[in-house]
Parts: sequence; C-alpha cells; structure tokens
Amino acid sequence: MSHAVEHAHDPHLQHHFATRKQQAEAGKLGMWLFLATEILLFSGLFCAYAVYRANHPEVFIYAHRFLDSTLGGINTLVLIFSSFTMAWAVRAAQIGAQKALQVLLALTLACGFGFLGIKYVEYHHKWKEGLLWGKRYAPQSQAHVPTGQEGAATHGRETAHDVPVVPKNVHLFFGIYFAMTGLHGLHVVAGMVVLGWLLLRARRGEFGSHYFTPVDLGGLYWHLVDLVWIFLFPLLYLIH
Amino acid sequence: MHAPAQPAHPGTHVVPWRTLFVVFAALVALTVATVAATWVDLGKLNLVVALAIATVKAMLVLLYFMHLRWDNRFNAVVFCTTILFAALFVSLTLLDSKTYQPELIPDYAPAITPRS
Amino acid sequence: MQDAVTSPVPAGNALGAVNYLSERRGLASWLFTLDHKRIGLMYLVSILASFLLGGILALLIRTELLTPARTIMDAKTYNQMFTLHGAVMIFLFIIPGIPAALGNFVLPLMLGARDVAFPRLNLASYYCWVAGALLALVSMILGAVDTGWTFYTPYSTTTDTAVISMALGVFVLGFSSILTGLNFIVTIHKLRPAGMTWFRMPLFLWALYGTSLIQVLATPVLGITVLLLAVEKGLGIGIFDPALGGDPVLFQHFFWFYSHPAVYIMILPAMGIISETISTFSRKHIFGYRFIAWSSIAIAVISFLVWGHHMFVSGQSNLLGAIFSFLTFLVAIPSAIKVFNWTATMYKGSIWLAAPMIYTLSFLFLFGIGGLTGLFLGSLATDVHLHDTYFVVAHFHYVMFGGTAVAFLAGLHYWWPKMLGRMYSERWANVAAGLVFVGFNVTFMAQFLMGAKGMPRRYYNYLPEFTPYHVASSIGSYVLGFGFVIAAAVLLHSLLRGPLAPANPWGGATLEWQTTSPPPTANFAGEVVAGDPYDVERFEFDPGAGGYVSVRGAAAGH
Repeated sequence: MSHAVEHAHDPHLQHHFATRKQQAEAGKLGMWLFLATEILLFSGLFCAYAVYRANHPEVFIYAHRFLDSTLGGINTLVLIFSSFTMAWAVRAAQIGAQKALQVLLALTLACGFGFLGIKYVEYHHKWKEGLLWGKRYAPQSQAHVPTGQEGAATHGRETAHDVPVVPKNVHLFFGIYFAMTGLHGLHVVAGMVVLGWLLLRARRGEFGSHYFTPVDLGGLYWHLVDLVWIFLFPLLYLIH
Repeated sequence: MHAPAQPAHPGTHVVPWRTLFVVFAALVALTVATVAATWVDLGKLNLVVALAIATVKAMLVLLYFMHLRWDNRFNAVVFCTTILFAALFVSLTLLDSKTYQPELIPDYAPAITPRS
Repeated sequence: MQDAVTSPVPAGNALGAVNYLSERRGLASWLFTLDHKRIGLMYLVSILASFLLGGILALLIRTELLTPARTIMDAKTYNQMFTLHGAVMIFLFIIPGIPAALGNFVLPLMLGARDVAFPRLNLASYYCWVAGALLALVSMILGAVDTGWTFYTPYSTTTDTAVISMALGVFVLGFSSILTGLNFIVTIHKLRPAGMTWFRMPLFLWALYGTSLIQVLATPVLGITVLLLAVEKGLGIGIFDPALGGDPVLFQHFFWFYSHPAVYIMILPAMGIISETISTFSRKHIFGYRFIAWSSIAIAVISFLVWGHHMFVSGQSNLLGAIFSFLTFLVAIPSAIKVFNWTATMYKGSIWLAAPMIYTLSFLFLFGIGGLTGLFLGSLATDVHLHDTYFVVAHFHYVMFGGTAVAFLAGLHYWWPKMLGRMYSERWANVAAGLVFVGFNVTFMAQFLMGAKGMPRRYYNYLPEFTPYHVASSIGSYVLGFGFVIAAAVLLHSLLRGPLAPANPWGGATLEWQTTSPPPTANFAGEVVAGDPYDVERFEFDPGAGGYVSVRGAAAGH
C-alpha cells in the first residue's frame, strides 16, 4: 500500500486518513461546521435584538447614546487589524516564513489584549453609572439624557416622531448589550487561548509549508470573532 | 520533499500580501464610512445602510481572509446554509413578535409563588 | 475459514482471536480509547443506564396515577418525577441513543473506514455527555427542578429550584451532541471508500447525515436559550422576564427552534435502522432507494420550518399559527414516502420474523399511528382542543417510544452479534418484543382516549371518570416494563452463554457484515470493496460456515 510508506515518514498524518490532503480538508470542513454552530449560537442574540429593536425602537434610540462610539470604533479597527495580521500569519505559515509567523501571531494576540482592555474601560464606565441589565439597572445620573429631541416632553408613545425623553424598559437595551458583547468577549478570550497555543507551537518551529492546518483553522476561528463584531458595532453603537 | 515556497497540498491557496493589504485598507475605509453614515439622517435607511456596509465587510473577510473564494465549494455551502437558517429563525420570530407584542399587557406578570 | 466445517466456531467469529474488545485490557484502555467501537459501546452502556432510570421513573409516575389524589408520592415529588423522566429520556437517552451509541459503532464500519474523522473529538463528545448528564442529574435530584423538560419562563425563572445548573448541564449535553454530528458529517464527506458514491451509501448513513445536519444547525440555538435562561435566573437580565418588560413568548420561539428539529434528531436515525433491517429480513433489495435517501434530507430541512406548532395557544399570532400549521403538514409527505417504500420492500419478500424484524414491524405500526395523530395536533383548530392533554403525551410516545426506542431495540438486536460476537436466544427475544408491543399499545392507547376526553397532561390529580383509563394505562406500563426486563435478560444471558456469532448472521449486504464479529481494532483486515448495500439476495445461508456467505461476487452495479 502506498499509504503505508507515507505514514511511515509523516508524523502529522493520522492513521485513519489516507493522504494529507484528505486530512487537511476534513479538518477544514470540521472547522467550518463548528463556525456554523457559533453563528447559530449568536443568531439567538441577534434574534432577541431584532425583536426588541423592532418593537421598542425608542429604547434603542435613547439608550445607545450611553455607549461610547469612539471606543467602539477604535475596537472595530483593532479587530480588523488583528484579522489582517492573522490572515498574513496563515500566509507566513504556508510559505514557511518562521520569524514572520511568530511576529504576526504575537501581534494578533496583542490586538486581542487591546480589544479586551478597551472593552474593560467601557464596562467599567457602565458599571459605575449603573447602566446595567434588567434587575441591576440603576442609572446614577440623568446627565447623559440626550437633548435636542424637541417636542419630547410627554411621556409615552403618542406619535412616531416624538421620542420620549426616558422611555420605559431602558434596561432591555443594556441586557442585550451585555449579552451580546459579553458572549463575544468570551469568544475573544477563547480565540486568544488558541492564538497563545499556536504561538507556542510556532516558536517550536512546528509549522511550515508541509504542515500549517492548525494555524489555518485557528485563523478561521479568529476571523469569525471579527465577523461577529463587524455586525455588533453598527447595531449597538451606531443607531440612528 | 516539498519546495519551501509552495503549499504542500493542492487546493490550498496562498493569498498574496498585496491582496491582504488591499482588503485591510478597504475594511478600514468601510468602517469610517459606516460611522460617517450616521451623521446623515436617512430615516429608516440608516439601518439598511449600516447593515449593507457590515455585510460587504463580512464578505471581504470571508472571501479573502478566510479563503472562501479559493476553498472547497462545500465550505461555502455550509456557511450559506447557516446564514439561511439563522435568517429563517430571526425572520419568523420577528414576524410573529410584530403581531403579538402590541397585544401584550404592559408589565403584566402574574405573581408566581411556587412555595406557597 | 477452511476449518469452519469441522470447528464449532462459525466462520468470521473473532471472539477467540484478536478483536477490538480483547486487544487491549484494563480500565485505562477503555477510558482513553480513541476507537469508535469502544466509544460507541461506552455510550451504549451509559445510555441504557439512563433508559433504565427513566423507565423506573415512568413506572413510579404510572403507579402514582393509579388513583386520583395521593397514591405513593406527594404532588411536589410528582412534579419532579415527570421533569426527571422527561429530561432523562430526552436529553440522555433518545437524542444520543441511536447516533452516539449505535451510529458510532456502525458508521465507520459501513463506510469501510478505520475510524471517524476526528477520534479525539469523539471521545470528548462522550465525556461532555458524562459531564452534562451528571450536572443535569445532580440538579434534578438534589436541586429538585420541577419545570418540566421545557423550562418555560417565567416559571423557570421564578421557581427556587436548581434551574441554573440544570441549564448548564443541558448546555454541555448540547456540546456533546454537536461534536457527534460534526464528526459524522465530516466522516461521511471525507472518508467514503472508493466506489461508494453518495447514492451507494447505506440508508442508515443518509439518515445519520440528516440527523447530524440538524444537530449542527439547531443545537446551538438551544445552547443560547439555556445560557440566557441561566443569566435570566442568576442575574435577572430581563430578556424573557415579563416583570422586567421581557417577552416570555420569545423564550418559546427560542426553545422550539431547537426542540422541534430535535424530535427529528430522535426519529431520523430510527428510520435509518428500519431501512437496513427491512431489506435484510425481507431478503429483498430496498425499494425506492433514492426516495428514502432524499426524504431523510427533506425531513431534516422541513423540521426547521414547523417549530411554531408547539405555540398555537401560547400567544403566538394567528398569522404565524396558520403558516406553521400548513408547514407542519408538509412533514407528513417525506415520512409517508418512507413508510410506503418500506412496505413495498416487504412485498413479495421472504420475510424472516427474527427479533429485529419484529421490532421493525412494530415500528411501522406504531410510527404510523404516532405520525397520523401528529396531523391532528398540527391542525390549528383541533390543537386548541387537544393541546396539553394526554393526547399529546400519547402522540409523543407513539413517535418517540414506539418509533425511536423500538427502532433502537431493532438496531440493538440487529448489530448485537457484530458488537459482541454472540447470538441471543431467538425465541425469548421474540417474546420480549411481543410484550413490548402489547404493553406499549395498552399504555398509550388509553392515553389517546382520555386525552381526547380532556384529561390534561402533567396533572397530579384527576376527576374520577378518568380512573379506568389511568388504571389501564398503568397496567400496560407494567407489561411494557416486564417486556424490557425479559429483553435485558436475553441480551445479558447471550453475553455469558450465547452461541458464537458468524460474521454475517442475518445476510446483510452492508460492509459491516464483511468483517469479523467482533471486528478487529482496525475494522477490516484487507481492502474493502463497496458494492450495492442492498444486494442481499447474493448472500445465502451456509450451514458449514454457520452464517451467510456471498454466493456470487460483489455486484459492480445495480
């Protein structure tokens, strides 16, 4: 059997696969199916978002102003940059550029820390202001109440144009905000664990043009984290 | 043995650095565009524009950073199926909630005391 | 094989030689095994243990319901009992039952492969199951969860029982299910042998493929549902809680988007088993292969379009109710296609009433009733009357127990000789199958009747006029339980005293019958040639070999 010869020389080929190509393609399909489950996991939160935004738009218009869209925008750029370095890292692994691979993985990991740092600043601010979910919602000040919504003195939902100054159930927005960004944050952390593991293996010189599937798959996961944020940013921070 | 500059198995595509950089630049530009779009009042179209820009960004990441453009076609099928089912879930639920939510009695939550 | 004539060991029995059971010994060789056959066997033992637990609970519930008011337990215990029964049977037995136990064992063998695509993920899936099962059982037994297996808000967020750990247990179990499904899809895509095109795959694999699609696409939504339930209960996030302006109907949408497709995770692999046994035991090629194959995929897809039929009276809008009611009827089409093709397979076959076939025939009968009563419940207007009555309970059990559990037993008896290398007592296995059939019908036919008369489900107490039905149902459940005791005794006896099994005791044409019973760790000794999986007529019983052997070469085409 020709496989046996290949097996004997190839420590990266598991016994139940005939060729490396088959093994790599199986791994990739497995990863895409896993990403499918991740997307559907998030789809629940997007569904809750859509239901509340469609039925209570006033809550979203009022409450999103408490989010700092500058910090959110910076975080978007951080994640996009990390996706870029990750894609570049896969390229480096494919062509066997060891030093570049390590630097790029480290850069991607650093971006992950940067993202979480900025997220911490945002969460800390919300916590101090009492802008939390459901039961814990206890706003400390009304100083942030947006002005410039003329004709909005009355309370309730009279007409489509009048946005009430403080609509009911503002905490729903923060519930959804914390659920979405919290779950996303957990995925960032998981992605960083994967990146750290890849970096360790890369430093041992395990990857090269002959074997780079783990970098490839880890990269796919990291890009998914970016993909989710690409939608979270306009949906949560940029409501008009 | 394999030449170092080529991927070991056929079917894996090495994306040129220039392509990666152009995609990155486009993503940054689109991020700026989506922020800029909120300065203009388009009414309900604002949401559409924001989602359209996000979709274009997502497509760029998928096609180039995640190699879907060169990958086994079935991986793209998996992804599209996923989006289809997620859309099904969100849209039918949304359609239903638009009808029943106005009928909900505000703040009506019967007290439940399981250990009375 | 030449000595088979003189030796009492039938051809292809490997119990005396090296096989996957004997090759390595010791507890660690099992706990850390990556062999799909051993993982399948560990799943089988764990799942049967859960089935035993769920069954005992069912008997306790039926005993309590012998009389109105208190019989053997108080109302609160009763609520916990039916929650425990439902959750154990669904999450620990039926969902993983056929795919993770039988499927794990059979799938690579049917493909002529050495293993599934990701053996380590397979083992991880098993340990996820164990962890999730322990977490769920501890919260139900010590934490006394009493919400029913559906965890509807706002009750589940206000009851002071251990809903959070229960939700996390379900989350971990979901992980186990996803990993199995993902593994099977990749295995079927990437590890088919040369010559096995999609339409030359055994139908059990088509069914597992459809099942895996649902597992991968639906289970994550259950994951987010129980996670949100846990944060709702723990932190009061307010999304599902009406007291905080949340929307409890939304919870039901979330829950049923998974839990309706989940019933097809339960029934589809059962249908796959029937497709195998019906051809083998009718000694005839399967009828309408492509229709059965495509109907599995059609069922998997349609299963995602019907979740709202659980919410006809839950405040769902009339518009969606009508849409979901219509879509529900669509599921009947592929299901009926399957039943017609199975019946046509039997037509003019030489039917062999071995135990797997008796279970198969039971399945056809019980699934027919279960499926057709599902149409009553899917009709918007009829459902308003029948909703939350024993009619629903009976329908569900006809499909899930009469369908899935009976097909599971068919598969267990069918592959038992392959798994363990021994035959069981044919006569006593048939007695058990008969008792299960009779006991089952008595138990649940009575529930159809009282449900139609308005007996609500899950009630501890009932009006005196329902007493005869409840008594009949309880007596039926004892017969059913007795049938299972005999079935278990038959199988356990075969482990100790059963005659050695040949490689092919039934004359099946799929690849797993081409290797020894039990198979070696590497599954096949040489190269495997995939032929037509339903060309059973080329196998004939050879008394010298003690089993079925091929009388002509593998047919190259159809």
